[in-house]
Amino acid sequence: MEYISLFVKSIFVDNMIFAYFLGMCSYLAVSKNVKTASGLGVAVMFVLACTLPINYLLNKFLMNNPFGVDLSFLSFIIFIAVIAAFTQIVEMVVEKFAPSLYGALGIYLPLIAVNCAILGGSLFMQQRDFVNVGEATVYALGSGLGWLLAIVSLAAIRERLSYSNVPDGLKGLGITFITVGLMAIAFMTFMGLTI
Amino acid sequence: MNAKLKETILNPIFKGNPITVLVLGICSALAVTVQLKGAFVMGLSVIIVTGLSSLVVSSLRKTIPNRVRIIIQLVVVSLMVILVDQFLKAYAFQIEKQLSVYIGLIITNCIVMGRIEAFALGNKPWPSFLDGVSNGAGYAMILIIVAFFRELLGSGTLFGFQVIPQCFYEAGYMNNGLVILPPMALILLGCIVWVQRSIQKDLQEK
Repeated sequence: MEYISLFVKSIFVDNMIFAYFLGMCSYLAVSKNVKTASGLGVAVMFVLACTLPINYLLNKFLMNNPFGVDLSFLSFIIFIAVIAAFTQIVEMVVEKFAPSLYGALGIYLPLIAVNCAILGGSLFMQQRDFVNVGEATVYALGSGLGWLLAIVSLAAIRERLSYSNVPDGLKGLGITFITVGLMAIAFMTFMGLTI
Repeated sequence: MNAKLKETILNPIFKGNPITVLVLGICSALAVTVQLKGAFVMGLSVIIVTGLSSLVVSSLRKTIPNRVRIIIQLVVVSLMVILVDQFLKAYAFQIEKQLSVYIGLIITNCIVMGRIEAFALGNKPWPSFLDGVSNGAGYAMILIIVAFFRELLGSGTLFGFQVIPQCFYEAGYMNNGLVILPPMALILLGCIVWVQRSIQKDLQEK
């Protein structure tokens, strides 16, 4: 039951995009059409769900004073190394076994290494003190799904928006910011949700 | 100072601003702008990290093998971020707590990696350092503008000092609670982009 509550909360209440603005760069750049947006969303969710438990274990057993030395200042460098290495592995596996998907994702696959949502997930995990690896995994799946939801819905809105009459200076980037702001206000209605 | 160096310094602040024109580093730009103090510290940290990591990568550029350059750059950047983080923990603990994960997220701030890839790998250390610093400054400028409006309208203060006089509140003026919440940062940023593009017409998208 706690897992379900954590899962729903991490999708809607603590949404990576609308509550913390994480992964905004690729969110704005890749949300021009629904197909590539969902591809990237799935890839981010996958990498997040795999690296967060690894980082959780590393944080618990390596950095939390195991040898009488406090290594917690090294956490940034270790987290980013795990993420970069994992992204590299995913890239090689996808290239070898699913070349068509690799072609579709193109440049965005290696860029996942520098997606703020992934590192941000690990840093939030460090702050929140999850009790076991299961909670960390559920949290990772939930926030990944929240990110996917956010990018697909923005892409759908932007596909529509290209037919509407927007003031010249606001076209493109400006109106996208305002759209995301309004979507975030809509998502605020989930605040205080309890299950 | 020659013209090219001047261009390197001035371009990122206005015409090629990393946030409003290149759309880099939005992630942390929005979350730390509730108060001017946090935005100021964040801006300063980003200036230091971009400047120093561009300098280091540019000095090493002939020895870095092309295939593994991303990982090497990430290590250099995270080293700089750890230094800044430890410094803040020692001398400005309250602010460090308030900025929480966003200091760590400077590592994945696209401005840092973007400038290293686009500039530092192909230029001498000194121009790279200046390029990094001025891109950081362009980022800090937007952060401070957004934070100015959010703190003024949301809490009636600037840098923690009350600027809206008490008699306004007695006459029925109220702080706008929505401005403090995350969505308003996005909408404010949209308005800044609008103002900038109305002035510089060549930036408008078709």
